[in-house]
Amino acid sequence: MNAAPEKLLHIKNLVLHFKTTNGSVQAVDGVDFDLDSNRAVVILGESGCGKTSLSKALLRLLPRNVDKYSGHVYLQGTDVMTLDNEEYRQNVRWVGMSLVPQAAMNSLNPVLRVGDQVAEPAMVHLGLSKVDAYKLVYKMFQHVGVPADFVERYPFELSGGMRQRVALAMALVTSPSLIVLDEPTSALDLLTQANIMNVLKRIKHELGTSFILITHDIATSSELADEVAIMYAGQIVETGDAKDFFPAPLHPYSQMLMASVPRLRTDSDPMFITGQPPSLMNPPKGCRFAARCPYRFEKCSEEPPVFQKANRKVKCWLHA
Amino acid sequence: MNNFRSSFQKLVQYPSAVAGIFVVFALVFVAAYAMITIPYTEAVRLWRGGEEVWYQNPRFAAPAWINYFSSKQYSESFAVNTKDGQMTKTVTPGNEGISTFDMAYEFDYSYDVYPQDLILYVTTTYKEKQPFISVELLTPDERTIRIGNFSVSNEFTYRFSQDEKLLTKLRADEVIPALFSLPGSDQPLKGKYKLIITGTTFEPDSDLNVEFVSHGQVFGWAGTDHARRDLVLPLLWGVPVALAFGLIASMGTSILTMVIAAIGAWYAGWVDELIQRITEVNLVLPFYALLIMIGTFYSRSIWVILGATIILSIFTGSIKAYRAIFIQVKESMYIEAAKAYGASSPRIIFLYLIPRMIPLLIPSLVQSVPAFVFLEASLAVIGLGDPVLPTWGKIIQDANSNGALYKGYYYWVLEPAMLLMITGLAFAFLGFALDRVFNPKLRDV
Repeated sequence: MNAAPEKLLHIKNLVLHFKTTNGSVQAVDGVDFDLDSNRAVVILGESGCGKTSLSKALLRLLPRNVDKYSGHVYLQGTDVMTLDNEEYRQNVRWVGMSLVPQAAMNSLNPVLRVGDQVAEPAMVHLGLSKVDAYKLVYKMFQHVGVPADFVERYPFELSGGMRQRVALAMALVTSPSLIVLDEPTSALDLLTQANIMNVLKRIKHELGTSFILITHDIATSSELADEVAIMYAGQIVETGDAKDFFPAPLHPYSQMLMASVPRLRTDSDPMFITGQPPSLMNPPKGCRFAARCPYRFEKCSEEPPVFQKANRKVKCWLHA
Repeated sequence: MNNFRSSFQKLVQYPSAVAGIFVVFALVFVAAYAMITIPYTEAVRLWRGGEEVWYQNPRFAAPAWINYFSSKQYSESFAVNTKDGQMTKTVTPGNEGISTFDMAYEFDYSYDVYPQDLILYVTTTYKEKQPFISVELLTPDERTIRIGNFSVSNEFTYRFSQDEKLLTKLRADEVIPALFSLPGSDQPLKGKYKLIITGTTFEPDSDLNVEFVSHGQVFGWAGTDHARRDLVLPLLWGVPVALAFGLIASMGTSILTMVIAAIGAWYAGWVDELIQRITEVNLVLPFYALLIMIGTFYSRSIWVILGATIILSIFTGSIKAYRAIFIQVKESMYIEAAKAYGASSPRIIFLYLIPRMIPLLIPSLVQSVPAFVFLEASLAVIGLGDPVLPTWGKIIQDANSNGALYKGYYYWVLEPAMLLMITGLAFAFLGFALDRVFNPKLRDV
């Protein structure tokens, strides 16, 4: 095994294609990246670039119409892609990594008390009794800032921010080493967003958990990020340390994406990238961003390899 | 628990629901009462018993309470004997082992319709010489009608209406009317009658006991049928049978349907296909005809019929309705979240999918009870009822085969029919109210 044991997560050539009547959608197409423990990586990209599919591929929450699902995902040195579904369910989900799904507010069972729901993974995976599991629930509620008496409540009795925190508590309860957060703060107001980000930061500090934060909210995510990965058309086009990336993105797509963030009290209009991401059904040969790239040159018709630049990686011929 | 209480509070705001709850509880109470006071084996023994069990009762007698609603008074039935002291009995020992027995019973006769028959059951013990009795009837106008003198064996039965000699003596067409009216009159003579039996035994150890039975025109709370059986028995025992059949069938059907629909919706693929194809085949099979076939060729036991009913009722249209909702619920975020944290499939089916359907399940479960109660009754009516159990349907079947409506024995059909109707209405009332309580909530969530 060529696993990198010092890495918490090592993804190699992860592929997830969906079958549709019109052909195969290459939602995740050869993703590689690494993550150390107690680090947070933000995966940024526009809608439809495969961010959520990546999270589903990581947790093997596959829809029925999967066409191709391959690659290697080493979690703490084990290739979880080789496990069968039952082993995967018992050993990876919530034990190794957990997920705060997109629209986590709706991810709670409306007919169960939130306390029961948070306790459930602990009971399923850690084999705790209900009493012990509830002790853990109170601890987690304290971590995420939910009043202890909320355990008795039903999801519809909680506000959006509180539900988000409960979903987070649910992800934390089995103390996994990695949590995948799929747009945890979209649909929340700014104050709650900031609040949740602070909670995440504190958890990372106190519990040493790693996060994969999938979002298109660049400003908020920059709060938490140690590393940044930019995703475009099913591929990761740039990875790097957050403090290097934010001041000077390398890939033209990253630069334009950063430029499109609105700034307060400036006269300039936010930029936008003309055109649309290519159809993932039939992606263009060569660089997938070429059609929208202002720096396009003849080399771009060939698939760019990943270039290492200092401790950053970028998939662009400009940095050859 | 709070949820349950608030649902209940909403429920009792509907008067129909209160009535329904009241009747259902009353039925449950009656069922328990019936099973405690008349144990199963006793109920079956009585129901299948013939003349030896029911000889005290008249045939085709209406319930006694019809006298309250009728201008004509129908004579009531009674049975008295010397053993329990209702008939007086004095023994006077004489010489040479000869004893004289004086037995008498005085009864009030104030009816317009004569009884069906009067019967004497005499039991004696003797070795060689048969005891001897003479029977007299003392009328209110001080006449003494000599019924006859008989030499009695160990068990001797004397039916007044069958005695030709008595008929000749009375110079009348029928014995019973002649006994209870003045000579030459066709009006009943009301007042106190006294039956006097004087017996003589010829051995020191001989004993003599008499049971005097009047088969009136009315009997008890519910009347009797063609086999002299008191209808209270099948009416009472019909309650637990009907409730058990209705509740087990509806619960079994609803819950199994829901679980199977959930399993199909969750696993999809060939499991779902199989369930759907079975359902479609079952939908075109004639349910009632299949039950009749099972009853005719295999077994009429209520448990076999119950099992067949449940199995045939699982794969019906409701499995499709449930499946449609489950498929929708299955795509909810919280199901995916549950899957993500590693909940097993059974856990998701039973903790996540099915609880969503409970508000829908409860009203339909309650509403479907009467259908199964009626099903059991209608199978019994066409002669496919359980062969040993007394049930409401069996009463109607007996009434039907004895031409009850043609002969005017309306009570025989109306009593079980009323109980069936009340049971059906109670569950329907409760079901409708439950529907109104649960369904707005379903919309809210």
